[in-house]
Amino acid sequence: MAHRILAITTWPGLIVAGLVTFFSLGTLLSVGLRADGFSALDPFDWAAVRFTVVQAFWSAALSIAFAIPVARALARRKFWGRKALITLLGAPFILPVIVAILGLTAVFGRGGIFSQVLIWAGLEPISIYGFHGVLLAHVFFNLPLATRLLLQGWAAIPAEQFRLGETLNFSSHDSFYHIEWPMLRGLISGIFAIIFLICTTSFAVALTFGGGPKATTVELAIYQAFKFDFDIGKAALLASIQFVICGVAAVLSLWLHLPQAIMAGHDRVVQRFNISRVDIRMLDFLWITLATLFLLLPLSAIVIQGSQSFFLLPETVWLAAGRSLVTALGSAVLAIVFSLALALAALKFRWLEGVGMLSVAASPLVMGTGLFICVFPFIDPANVALLITALVNAVMSLPFVLRAIGPAVRATEARFGPLSDSLGLVGWARLRLVVLPRIRAPLGFSAGLAAALSMGDLGVVTLFARPDGATLPLQIYRLMGAYRMDQAAAAALLLLLLSLGLFYIFDRGGRANA
Amino acid sequence: MKYSLSLAACLTASSVFADPLTVYAPDYFGSEWGPGPAIEAAFEETCGCDIEYVTGDLLPRLLLEGERTNADVAIGFNSDVTKKARESGLFVPHGVDTSALTLPLDWSDDTFLPFNWSYTAFVYDNTKIDTPPTSFSELVNSDQDWKIAIQDPRTSISGLALILWGKQVFGDNAETEWAKLAPKVTTVTKGWSEAYGLFTDGEVDMVLSYTTSPAYHIIAEEDETKSAALFDEGHYFMVELAAKLKTTDQPELADQFMAFIMDEKFQSLIATSNWSYPAALPKDQWPTEFSDLNYPDKAIFLNEDEAAELRDEAIAEWRTAFSQ
Repeated sequence: MAHRILAITTWPGLIVAGLVTFFSLGTLLSVGLRADGFSALDPFDWAAVRFTVVQAFWSAALSIAFAIPVARALARRKFWGRKALITLLGAPFILPVIVAILGLTAVFGRGGIFSQVLIWAGLEPISIYGFHGVLLAHVFFNLPLATRLLLQGWAAIPAEQFRLGETLNFSSHDSFYHIEWPMLRGLISGIFAIIFLICTTSFAVALTFGGGPKATTVELAIYQAFKFDFDIGKAALLASIQFVICGVAAVLSLWLHLPQAIMAGHDRVVQRFNISRVDIRMLDFLWITLATLFLLLPLSAIVIQGSQSFFLLPETVWLAAGRSLVTALGSAVLAIVFSLALALAALKFRWLEGVGMLSVAASPLVMGTGLFICVFPFIDPANVALLITALVNAVMSLPFVLRAIGPAVRATEARFGPLSDSLGLVGWARLRLVVLPRIRAPLGFSAGLAAALSMGDLGVVTLFARPDGATLPLQIYRLMGAYRMDQAAAAALLLLLLSLGLFYIFDRGGRANA
Repeated sequence: MKYSLSLAACLTASSVFADPLTVYAPDYFGSEWGPGPAIEAAFEETCGCDIEYVTGDLLPRLLLEGERTNADVAIGFNSDVTKKARESGLFVPHGVDTSALTLPLDWSDDTFLPFNWSYTAFVYDNTKIDTPPTSFSELVNSDQDWKIAIQDPRTSISGLALILWGKQVFGDNAETEWAKLAPKVTTVTKGWSEAYGLFTDGEVDMVLSYTTSPAYHIIAEEDETKSAALFDEGHYFMVELAAKLKTTDQPELADQFMAFIMDEKFQSLIATSNWSYPAALPKDQWPTEFSDLNYPDKAIFLNEDEAAELRDEAIAEWRTAFSQ
């Protein structure tokens, strides 16, 4: 074992770990150093901390609870359009916040489709606004992520296991407990942690669907402290609290994490016979339909609202789209390089994966401000706006990308490491010949995810960009701020198409032979 | 490569002018849909110089940069936050004659110069609401089932204006009155855009915005279905201001720009590019769509000291009332 691990180059991973640490904790430190003092937290702030933790917990729990049957149904059913559906179902996760808010209200709002149907059926319309609204919105965003990560877990179960199950006359139920559940147990705590962490930094969505100040998260308090009270010390303090919350969640998830048994197979196509019973088929059909409706109806609303003015979009919006595309591609490349370096180095130093997760706990606002403080004395921030945006987006997407790539790299090394060692296959050749081909699917998924996340991110660019250097999400906000809701909707549609397109190309590239 | 780059740099440098006037502004201001570009063109015509906008969070950025800032002029402060700006000591008196101001109240501030203003108001769809509330207390006490979207005073300047407005109208009863308004408020958003989007999508009947909002729909969309409800108690006056930086390396040009703010050329661009009232232009020179709008009789305003003093208490009252 020991000699095998020595064959892995760790220095790129350590450099990336340093970079991530700087972007997450270093920026926080630089913000903290600029503070004149640290004002104390008031009871309202503690209420925000409580609300943040409670909503993040339930959002993560519900997302996973729904993702399991959906992913299971998708994993064992073959139907026309399945691949396209899986891609489309991923869309909510990459939507910019403001677009998602309007899409969700078009379906679940007071005047939305859902309420209209209820009224038509003679029932009371529902109100989306309240704690349940926050959960609904967060499940909308994170169910796709959970589903995709679980689907990869299913895909990693060797066909031989199901074949063995068949020979033992396993029912669908038996397959779940003996084959699928052990896989899930290994994945769930990590997925739970990541969704919990995403939801802790939620702010505009939580406030809007929470219906009022009861739904105040720590991130809102950071925003207020920084932009309104200009109390940098308080912003830094709140951001540290956010780190503590996320740190506790991450440690708990590692502690609960059950090591997975290595499952070796021969990459045969999964064939299953115990799932053809009518009731099981109906159940799968039901889950797939429900998830499709839940996730795709709001997207359809965005498409309908945006298509009216789509061809009237001014040139500057297209230019912004071009800038966003370039940034997204750069961000995807960086994310892949970073995550591969980290995942490989993490074979030797397991804690490096934890470092890669750091950025999910970072407040984007604090990260942007910290970078600004570091960059401003040396260069005009506007000159490095897109570079910094690409870097920040790559680091921000690392936690998700690592979730997909890390286990795949570990599994590949576990299976082929000894063989590669005995063949003297090391360094670049080993990466190219052994590792990369085997992790092609998660690699494509990760590149697509990183690119799409970067497309939709407003993030740091607001602090750095020139008026004529805007990205597409920034142009959407500008259009809305200038009353041009129709054009904003059209630009949002453009953003949706580009994000999905990027995601689809990368993801399909990775699954080309699968 | 290096040579051609520096050549290009020389060419651009000589074809434009030595050093542009750097104007810091909020993002909306410098965008192509804001007033910035037209103002830039008009000023560059008169001064034979070059303006460069730097957009973003105006005051946070200036406070971060401190005296190292490149800004010569900053435009787009709100009166509710100028106290913090003034205390930073980054700004110097503008030296502009303010007698041409046409604000609904007296303004004498030697550092922050108004360039446009508006009244906060609840804007509604007049095809859905026949009898809009005619006073703040009617809005609060009415048994009508209005659905309203407002902005959070902790994250939005218009949200803060609402809270100060309510505090002035209701005084010590503010918390009780907010509690009565709360059931009518469908949701509270981070910023103006989200709330206004919910309004134009029909999710809410009424939205916290400005008395000038209907003018946009009338002029740009020929849509007359949006109106602002006028309240007897008066409306909160929101003014946007500009100031000259102490550390400017272009003091004359900065002065020239500050003076240009009061110029008719600048002022006549405000109404239809910023959808607000010009600060120094008589009402009869406004676009007719603006002068035809319902116009509040009474301005409610807190100066920066009063606003700073009341702010925390007013926000806490609102928050308590809306959290029940």
